Amino acid sequence: MTRRRLVVVGNGMAGMRTVEELLALAPDLYDITVFGAEPHGNYNRILLSPVLAGEKTIDDIILNDRAWYAEHHIRLHAGKMVRTIDRRKKTVVAADGTSERYDRLLLATGSTPIILPLPGKELAGVVTFRDIDDVERMLATAGNGGRHAVVIGGGLLGLEAANGLAKRGMDVTVVHLLGTLMERQLDAPAAGLLQRALESRGLRFLLEHQTAAILGDQRVRAVRFTNGVELPADLVVMSVGIKPNIELAKSAGLYCKRGVVVNDTLQTFDPSIYAVGECVEHRGATYGLVAPLFEQAKVCANHLARAGSARYEGSLAATKLKVTGIEVYSAGDFQDDAQAESLVFQDAARGVYKKLVLRDNRIRGSVLVGDTVDGPWYFQLLREGTDVSELREQLLFGQAHVGDSGHGAASKVAALPDEAEICGCNGVCKGAIVRAIVEQGLFSLEEVRAHTKASSSCGSCTGLVEQILASTVGDASPTQKKKPLCPCTDYTHDEVRQAIRANQLKSMAAVRQFLEWKTPDGCQKCRPALNYYLVCAWPGEYVDDSRSRFINERAHANIQKDGTYSVVPRIWGGVTTPAELRAIAEVAERYQVPTVKITGGQRIDLLGVKKADLPHVWRDLGRAGLVSGHAYGKALRTVKTCVGSEWCRFGTQDSTTMGIKMEKMTWGAWTPHKVKMAVSGCPRNCAEATIKDFGVVAVDSGWELHVGGNGGVKVRVTDLLCKVRTMEEVLEYCAAFMQLYREEARYLERTAPWIERVGLAYVKRRVVEDTDGRKALAARFAASQREAQVDPWAERAAGFDQDEFSAILAS
Amino acid sequence: MSETAAVRETWIKVGELAGIPRLGARVVCTLFGNIAVFRTADDQVFALADRCPHKGGPLSQGMVFGTRVACPLHDWVVELKNGRAVAPDVGCTPSFPVRVEAGVVWLKLALEPNVAAAAVGV
Repeated sequence: MTRRRLVVVGNGMAGMRTVEELLALAPDLYDITVFGAEPHGNYNRILLSPVLAGEKTIDDIILNDRAWYAEHHIRLHAGKMVRTIDRRKKTVVAADGTSERYDRLLLATGSTPIILPLPGKELAGVVTFRDIDDVERMLATAGNGGRHAVVIGGGLLGLEAANGLAKRGMDVTVVHLLGTLMERQLDAPAAGLLQRALESRGLRFLLEHQTAAILGDQRVRAVRFTNGVELPADLVVMSVGIKPNIELAKSAGLYCKRGVVVNDTLQTFDPSIYAVGECVEHRGATYGLVAPLFEQAKVCANHLARAGSARYEGSLAATKLKVTGIEVYSAGDFQDDAQAESLVFQDAARGVYKKLVLRDNRIRGSVLVGDTVDGPWYFQLLREGTDVSELREQLLFGQAHVGDSGHGAASKVAALPDEAEICGCNGVCKGAIVRAIVEQGLFSLEEVRAHTKASSSCGSCTGLVEQILASTVGDASPTQKKKPLCPCTDYTHDEVRQAIRANQLKSMAAVRQFLEWKTPDGCQKCRPALNYYLVCAWPGEYVDDSRSRFINERAHANIQKDGTYSVVPRIWGGVTTPAELRAIAEVAERYQVPTVKITGGQRIDLLGVKKADLPHVWRDLGRAGLVSGHAYGKALRTVKTCVGSEWCRFGTQDSTTMGIKMEKMTWGAWTPHKVKMAVSGCPRNCAEATIKDFGVVAVDSGWELHVGGNGGVKVRVTDLLCKVRTMEEVLEYCAAFMQLYREEARYLERTAPWIERVGLAYVKRRVVEDTDGRKALAARFAASQREAQVDPWAERAAGFDQDEFSAILAS
Repeated sequence: MSETAAVRETWIKVGELAGIPRLGARVVCTLFGNIAVFRTADDQVFALADRCPHKGGPLSQGMVFGTRVACPLHDWVVELKNGRAVAPDVGCTPSFPVRVEAGVVWLKLALEPNVAAAAVGV
């Protein structure tokens, strides 16, 4: 069978990214031919600014050289401009007469710089800033003794061009029609700060000036403005904006508005023709940043490969100025209006300005100058629509101040040495990340995670990694509007959950079939999530799938680095007896347990147990009345207590009894992530209840209930939920809180990020203010617990799931 | 594999196919170390040395999906067919031929001690 023919018009980033994605999905489906107007391979256009500034060379920014095309059997017509598309004959023809037939055509014609219709615009020395050719012409002028450069347009590209030319020794003036720079990304104070920073580097600005004419005979000599002022100029860079390049599409009769109109599959009105990149108009929007183009490329490749499942639903864009040493970040809608309120931080001496625009307690936009390390964090909050009312006091000071493992101070990523450790979990230093990005051609956070492991564990260095990515490739803002649960599906956690309830999906196979999963039996990411969602939605009805549980939850013990396991029996409220201790000691001796350790949660950990011994260990512990402590699960772990009023001279309430009651009620519950609790007998808080998921602090008149604390990677102090009087009330609120968390948090989301996402006000409304709702939640929790409270150790000691624990001996 | 005098090989009877859970594995203890025998959802059977190429984690304890297994220690994904780590990770763990006859699983071991010992890392 002959292969189908794919012709790509446009050899830029969007087109080639689509081809790369396509080759990864279906390497043998098409014979691929690429037309490029420029005589080069494919290069990273975003990095032209550093090339102009002398910080990178052309070779540094090549993405795919000619050898790559040869290696993938792609026919490259470089330097040939396609002039016509004959849709009836399915053929494209280039200016030099080269013609190619297609089964599928991909348009990635990009955009063209707008050229002002000024007298003198055709003079030598008047350039735009779009491609390698432009950069070479600018460098030639700078190199041949040209002294004066005038940049028309004070937007992002204009400023980058101006900065580059100044670094090449030219005397640069930026002319802008309006009174402030980058008015589409910055408000007036931010623009002022940026202007001063650029002025201190020797750039000059003429604001509110309109160009009337470019003067000269053959070469440009000067620029004249409408107010009569003239500036000498050896070089004029026109940088007043771009427009989608749609001439070809239009001439072929394809439906175009501002750009070539495409649907959510990146298909134009001709089903054989797709389009991606800056030439495209999707749901009324056009994009000029790289991240959205790459998202389009992914979806388009999915359809070209005939997988046919992905959809592009638009992108949110964040902008970064690429001028070394001047940090500028802008995202979303940053203008004030009547419904919006602004949080502003300003330190002119340090050159720092931060503004966040909030509406309904949610971030709508941000403008950052001078210190942009938190840009990606604000963007994430914006994208997820997080209620920030609880973060408000610390918000402007950055993520480091709402509890982080101390990365905040290292805000000047560009200045860090190569050996600076970025990811503490995986021991990845800056140099290794930069090397991987350059050598492997990485563009997204996910790719950097996969290749280097940086930020793939606890995630606290995500902001830093994104900054390194941005400073290495130019731009790497995450823009996806929604994040799929895993690569097996395009649906999010919330959508999957909603579908399970709404459509009465009661098995994993039913979920996968209903939601058109792309893999027959899922992957290691989605299977545990689906299993949890089903356990939670259909207690007693859904049969737990042990094959979709991580080993710890399947073997009911914690796997250690050498493949042995650790065993932690439950010690209710941390209160034990000599008989229990004796049983634990005997087990430790009998099975030669190498290490016995007291845990942070007031339990005893037996480390180094062989898997085959586990059922015997459990049987012996069980005889003394000890049950599983679930120290291995996404489940209720421990309830830590202090001795309280029973012994302590400061104690105000019986915290140990309270803790034991809470543990008896909640043990055995499966939850989205682990849950830890504590009860302190007085405000001295010896049980450290204020860094637990659910913490109780006794006061003279009753009990304070605290939620959403975390003592791990990202320390977070609890929020006060409310105060109650009796032990019964503590139990009811505790059950309701557990059930709300179980039903609404995403799998692997601890209570702390969950509460930050949905807002404390929401949790209060459901658990505190709505009495009937609270009672209903508590009742659902109790019903679920009737099914869940079975000691898994006793079951297995009695012979259940025997094969799991025994090896086969071969002779 | 070349049938030279230095290399003897033999088939070991692992047991009934039903003794290996679907989307799971059993460990077979051999003279040369542990070998994990996997069974996929559609009853294909594969055998790999029970050592992840990354840090030696027991692959037999990992989650099986498609024809891959995720290591329980650091989530490296390994191809059951050839023991190769899935890109971008790089590494390979030895694989062993298996066959299923009349519901019984057989595993082939090369008994040349140096080869086999090196293969399973003893």
